[in-house]
Amino acid sequence: MIEIENLSKRFTLHNQGGAVIEVMTGARLTVRPGECVALTGRSGAGKSTLMRMIYGNYLAAGGAIRIGGLDVARATPREIIRLRRETLGYVSQFLRVVPRVPTRTIVAEPLLALGVDAGTAHARAEALLAMLNIPEALWTLSPTTFSGGEQQRVNIARGFAHPYPALLLDEPTASLDPANREVVLRLIEEAKARGAAIAGIFHDEAARQRLCDREIDVTAFAPARAA
Amino acid sequence: MTAFDRTLTASADAPLLSVQDLTKRYGRRIGCERVSFDLWPGEVLGIVGESGSGKSTLLGCLAGHLAADEGQILYRGHDILAMSEPERRLLSRTEWAFVHQNPRDGLRMGVSAGGNVGERLMAIGARNYGAIRNAASDWLTKVEIDPGRIDDRPRAFSGGMQQRLQIARNLVTAPRLVFMDEPTGGLDVSVQARLLDLLRGLVRDMGLSVVIVTHDLAVARLLADRLMVMKDGRVIETGLTDQVLDDPQAAYTQLLVSSVLQV
Repeated sequence: MIEIENLSKRFTLHNQGGAVIEVMTGARLTVRPGECVALTGRSGAGKSTLMRMIYGNYLAAGGAIRIGGLDVARATPREIIRLRRETLGYVSQFLRVVPRVPTRTIVAEPLLALGVDAGTAHARAEALLAMLNIPEALWTLSPTTFSGGEQQRVNIARGFAHPYPALLLDEPTASLDPANREVVLRLIEEAKARGAAIAGIFHDEAARQRLCDREIDVTAFAPARAA
Repeated sequence: MTAFDRTLTASADAPLLSVQDLTKRYGRRIGCERVSFDLWPGEVLGIVGESGSGKSTLLGCLAGHLAADEGQILYRGHDILAMSEPERRLLSRTEWAFVHQNPRDGLRMGVSAGGNVGERLMAIGARNYGAIRNAASDWLTKVEIDPGRIDDRPRAFSGGMQQRLQIARNLVTAPRLVFMDEPTGGLDVSVQARLLDLLRGLVRDMGLSVVIVTHDLAVARLLADRLMVMKDGRVIETGLTDQVLDDPQAAYTQLLVSSVLQV
């Protein structure tokens, strides 16, 4: 489902003397349907960079990222927008929303974008919010003033509203209490069971042990630095 | 309206608007130069850049407010620049809409709120007073203006309300393509958020295609699917909105993105 070959990434900092920083080379990774793969490596090793490239948020310098027949490294913006709408979900650590939009609508948005009718989309959103223990009194409020843990759960609810065939998870259990952590782990297990291909960053080691079939240490993709 | 039969469904596989090498000069100075892009149905294209970058000139040429010197604009396959003036006017009253930064440029300040909305319907042949008033009242509700104020003049409205009224006036004829010039420009931040939320909902529910000019990268991030970055009249970078903002490639875009104060 997710197939990465010989992927490389460099940043050219034009306003800092044109410095060119090679951050990744020869990255390869395959995630099959129903499989969960953990990206590991010390902080700064390139886990987030790789996730962002898979999502089309960072441009690849070379190589291929094939997801359901589309090469994200070469795709047009329009193709990536469609991939994100239908195929590839991303639960990031941060919630970025228009202030004022009610929590329930934020969670329903991925379904509304797919043309699901408002009633069904909102019902699914409410079920997820209830499952993740967001009090009903908060559903009609914007999450911008919620606590970090609540925002994280709203983000997770949004990421699981549509059953994406491929999912990227960036520390999905960070800042969650044990009860909510358990709910999230079950959601991920359910996604695996229905055949989703999942790649993620899990600093929570017990969660990683329980969910992941394999680990890929991204340190192996770091370019050799000239001494 | 023969050339733009409404029963023709716009193909999702064909661009709604296709622009080739559009150029506008002011004497020897460049307004915009060799701009090309395609816009598909339901897509929001953001044009960003500093003042003087040519983004408003480009928007003016696209909407027919300014005469382009060279290039081609195809709308649903029809060559806009080769059209007669009456044909183009019909288009801007029906399938196109233009939201100005300053609501006073897009509204008739001496006419009631209901009149402002109803006028655009009358321009395309609506004659039944009751139906026009109902449509106007519906649209006031959609843009969150109390329909009880249908007979008030826009002068009595706040800036944010005037902007929402301008949007209602523009969208009442169910256009396909909307041009927006800094629509949140003159508004307080809290009022901006409300307008952004409203615009996002309308874009999604009506399947609108939008070309929006803004210098506000936060507005671009929340509204646009794709971005075009302009400098000195030229397009220097294009791409998916979050990719251009998070991994900008051109020197100027990197400077633009890094100059924004983080909150």
